[in-house]
Amino acid sequence: MKSVRTILLGLAAAGTIAGGVTAASHEAGVPASVKARQATMQLYAFNLGTIGAMAQGNMDYDAEAATAAAQNLVKLSSMNQGPMWAPGTSTDDIEGTRALPAIWTDMDGVIEKAVALNEAAAAMETAAGESLESLQGAMGALGGACGDCHKAYRQPE
Amino acid sequence: MRLVLRLIVLVVIVAAIGLWFTRPKTDGPEVLAGLTADPAHGETVFTASGCASCHMAKGFEGEAKLVLSGGQEFPSPFGTFHAPNISMDPDAGIGDWTAIDLWNALHHGTSPDNQHYYPVLPYGAYIHLDPQDVVDLHAYMQDLPADATPSQPHDISFPFNIRLALGGWKLLFLNEGWAMEGDLSPELTRGRELVEAMGHCAECHTPRNALGGLKEGANWLTGAPNPAGRGTFPDLTPPEMSWSEAELVEYFTSGFTPEFDTAGGHMALVVENLAALPEEDRAAIAAYIKALPIR
Repeated sequence: MKSVRTILLGLAAAGTIAGGVTAASHEAGVPASVKARQATMQLYAFNLGTIGAMAQGNMDYDAEAATAAAQNLVKLSSMNQGPMWAPGTSTDDIEGTRALPAIWTDMDGVIEKAVALNEAAAAMETAAGESLESLQGAMGALGGACGDCHKAYRQPE
Repeated sequence: MRLVLRLIVLVVIVAAIGLWFTRPKTDGPEVLAGLTADPAHGETVFTASGCASCHMAKGFEGEAKLVLSGGQEFPSPFGTFHAPNISMDPDAGIGDWTAIDLWNALHHGTSPDNQHYYPVLPYGAYIHLDPQDVVDLHAYMQDLPADATPSQPHDISFPFNIRLALGGWKLLFLNEGWAMEGDLSPELTRGRELVEAMGHCAECHTPRNALGGLKEGANWLTGAPNPAGRGTFPDLTPPEMSWSEAELVEYFTSGFTPEFDTAGGHMALVVENLAALPEEDRAAIAAYIKALPIR
């Protein structure tokens, strides 16, 4: 997991550079960086949908499809998202986001939670290929990892 | 002169009768007599009742949530309540409470020094706990840590800061009746215990009247605005609540909604508690929710 941590550590630095890019690229709506991170969340949800449908018995268990979806989660959670979290795009700055300012002031916490998500996704990748029971057993930790970040850094609705 | 005197006497008598009917109620130790404590079941009661979610120090996670030193704020139209220290410290917390003290707090909303508690402590739900549940909970809590952090006073505006008036509130809104009645299956009976008693779901998900009492009947679990000011708590009755039982169980286990978003706000803490319960309990809560009538 060291490599993931290293990639994620680029977050702070990359974010600063991306600030200028973002300012130039957005028109009336939300900045492109915000759209990109919201799209990333949708990619998480889409892949979780496959795994979740199997966990809840709405779709027959298919080790290959479950593994592929879990691999996508691993990839998404090890992506360098730095530029998507450009400074000046928190709830304090703009409309259309629920990203709290704490994201930019608590970088250690963000990275710790991002690494935890990557680990939970990797655990799901293993579990998804094993059996339906393993897959179901790994859902809790994965949901917990998603929720930990939302709890700390997302404005409640 | 004589008329004035008579009026004064009348007012005093009416006030005395009022105070008598609204006095803080307590039971003696005989209510719990003969019960043997089971701390393991007490842990389930503790988790299902969400004690730590409100009484832990702000922002704690994992094991640290069991340090029940209080301090979280609960804003409301009546002012801001501060969760007190209920750790095992005998002075700052409740380490010196007997099981009957805990029973009177949870069942009657009465403190050991015979004061009314504010219903921010959801005794309107905990009134449904069995004596055995409270004895077990008390036994479990004896093994939790002590912390000497003093409790913060509530910041409540006049006239709501007059605790004597809470006796009237209890007379109006505190009762032992269940919201879901009838001949229930064992699963629904367990679901009702978890939803209406321990989980105190209605405290957020049922609208309140101007005095802060829950609107029961057709309004039961139909959602409500957040007293903290922003957002709403969702309606749990059909057709608004359209999730399947399996989706509800998933939500209670991993926190994932059917759209694979996650539980937010205080509900995230509730899900952490529910996830620690046995699978059958989560299924029982889901069964209860799906059994709610169309409003």
